[in-house]
Amino acid sequence: MNRRMIEMSILAVITILSIIAYLGKINGWHNGYTFSTGLSITLIILLAASVIFILVLTIKGKLIGRRIVFLYIGIAITLPLFMDISQEIVVSNDVKAVYADLEGLPAGSKILVSFDYDPASAPELQPMAEAFIGECFKRDFKLIMMGLWPMGPQQANMAVDTIMNRMGLTDQDIIYGEDWVNLGFQTGDVFVIQRMGGSFESMFHTDINGRPYQDIPLVKNIKNFSNIDYSFNLSAGFPGTVEWVQVGVDRYGLKLSCGNTAVQAPTVYPYLKAGQLSGLIGGMNDGAAFEKLTQLEGKATKFMLSQSFSHLIIIAFIFIGNVAYFRTGRKSALKK
Amino acid sequence: MDHFGIWLAAFLTLGIYSFLYRDNAWYKLSESIFIGISAGYWVVILFWDNFYAKFWLQRQDDPMLWVGAALGFLMLLRLIPKIGWIARWPLAFIDGATAGLWGMNFLASNIMVQTKATIMPLMGPAFSGSIGDLLSNLVLVGGTFCGLIYFFFSKEHKGAFGNAARVGIWTIMITFGAMFGYTVMSRMSLLIGRIDFLFRDWLGLLK
Amino acid sequence: MRREIPLLITGIVGVVFVISYFIPHFPFNMMDGWFSDWFSIIQACAIVLGALNLLLISSQKIIRRKTDWGYSIVVMATFFLMIIAGFSGGVEFRGPDTTFTWLYNFTFMPLSSTMYAILAFFVASASYRAFRARNAEATLLLGAAFFVMIGRVPIGDLITGFMPEGARLSDLTGWIMDYPQTAGQRAIMIGIALGLVSTSLRVILGIERSHLGGDS
Repeated sequence: MNRRMIEMSILAVITILSIIAYLGKINGWHNGYTFSTGLSITLIILLAASVIFILVLTIKGKLIGRRIVFLYIGIAITLPLFMDISQEIVVSNDVKAVYADLEGLPAGSKILVSFDYDPASAPELQPMAEAFIGECFKRDFKLIMMGLWPMGPQQANMAVDTIMNRMGLTDQDIIYGEDWVNLGFQTGDVFVIQRMGGSFESMFHTDINGRPYQDIPLVKNIKNFSNIDYSFNLSAGFPGTVEWVQVGVDRYGLKLSCGNTAVQAPTVYPYLKAGQLSGLIGGMNDGAAFEKLTQLEGKATKFMLSQSFSHLIIIAFIFIGNVAYFRTGRKSALKK
Repeated sequence: MDHFGIWLAAFLTLGIYSFLYRDNAWYKLSESIFIGISAGYWVVILFWDNFYAKFWLQRQDDPMLWVGAALGFLMLLRLIPKIGWIARWPLAFIDGATAGLWGMNFLASNIMVQTKATIMPLMGPAFSGSIGDLLSNLVLVGGTFCGLIYFFFSKEHKGAFGNAARVGIWTIMITFGAMFGYTVMSRMSLLIGRIDFLFRDWLGLLK
Repeated sequence: MRREIPLLITGIVGVVFVISYFIPHFPFNMMDGWFSDWFSIIQACAIVLGALNLLLISSQKIIRRKTDWGYSIVVMATFFLMIIAGFSGGVEFRGPDTTFTWLYNFTFMPLSSTMYAILAFFVASASYRAFRARNAEATLLLGAAFFVMIGRVPIGDLITGFMPEGARLSDLTGWIMDYPQTAGQRAIMIGIALGLVSTSLRVILGIERSHLGGDS
């Protein structure tokens, strides 16, 4: 059998298994699986043993290829999703600060939430968005949502739908236009924020559904940032938290905290230490911490075990790579 | 449930992942769909949110928007080579506006405020801090100062200046290390999201 | 004319934004508002220009039967599919049951997410092959990365759970992020800002002209 035949056969097997699993799902043959504690521990031990085996191979001078690393990353992320092992999530001071801000606001406060990300960053930011919105609904805050990224407002709608379902809220409990509104997206990056400093309506003449600004009870009396009590920015890059700090906070005196992707979070620490930001939820770990504070445990909490495992595997491979480096007198180039 | 939709999403997801094995037609097909869909998405969104909601609905209340629309139209003339040079006018506008607004924003927020935040009492306000706070603040102030010295290339990095620059590069290396750690965290989170989609939303194997 | 007018536009617009920072009153606040509105529209046109350019390049590729021209047909077909879905739905094209939303949920979302998620594998592979303790600086980088990677996930505190509060891995990571990391970040931030401010001044004053291209 040539290589192409083998590839096609593997693909066919995967397709058939997928169809079986899918049919099982829609017909209720299975309801998803969770590994028992014993099986979970056995798998963890096997995984650790195989990594030690790779280390031994490396010490003996046999180096592994990159596809093996790919495979281990896939395993380290997938297996923990089936495990039911709880971990203690530590809440950082920066996350506590965001929650404390919400605790300090009176009911009816108007909060501006900017969704500056796209689906690519949703696994990190969507859980934060859901927990934040849920907490605001619990405290009867009024939410004005918008986006400097075109996909942001759609992510906002999804977050509202999801959290309302999870909290058992209906459209009668939380009324669109009175309790929350989605103003949509506008181009112009930092210039949008700059213009909002003078007039919200000039940038958002209608909401995301085309309803005129003046017909929306929640915002018709909101002229600019001076009518906003607090703001929260969910950001995955440019335009995002940096621009909100520079214009919204430093120019117009907005009080701002943010939820960032882990890639962006380290870059906003100087703003946090300088008091330009009042709190920070950085990455999925902080997202899980915020879920813990709000008691709205969701996907971030669920994914923490996979996050821990994948970090351990990367550390293990960095260690193995360094062993190979020192073993070969600091000259070795590893297989591509 | 949308059976076709979820299978299509899974097909495209796996198509992108097939690149891990090697470059192939499945990956290229998925990539091309992504390019086409994204470009179409942007045009639709910009039409409704910007040209329609921002310009068309407000053009009578705010006639000055016509100037913006005219400049925007000039930008599109870049597609006609003979008169493409006229697109420099809106480009010049973008350059001027960006330089003016960004220049002031960075001056105020990233230079003035950050410098002010670095010049602080090492023991905290009214000497309320501990020895630990003192050492931590020294790291913050010294690290920032030495980091800036490292970026100063008009003087040779020798002697005391060179030593300070060396401390600066150490600080910057710690920063890069932390950023790397956070980048790993971010990338893993995104991958977890996709694996969750495949095993939970598509195949229903996860509880 | 081809260079003077653009230089004049850049100068006037830039100066207005600088002045309006210090004097946010009439007429500068009004001009600042106009310019922000115009910027928004021009930027939208620039992005549309990019999309049209993509179509142009794709059609040229198909007409000239260049390598992989078949994929350009897919690019154009999906582009027009999205356009039709977006315009046929009217102003409420983002509604929950529209074709546009369907395409967003089942094509754009998975593709966009996976494109970034695939980087996880390459980050891991690159870490294994290139992240070496070659010298003191690289070792510091490696050490900081190690503490952040282990200290920012729950397993870090599980390992050091026997230690007193304040001395666990999450605390050490918090300290790294709050002090040395912030110091380095701040130095980079101030350095970049100084460069940006000086370049902005050069652009506004017309000293920097390379962005305008040649005379043709």
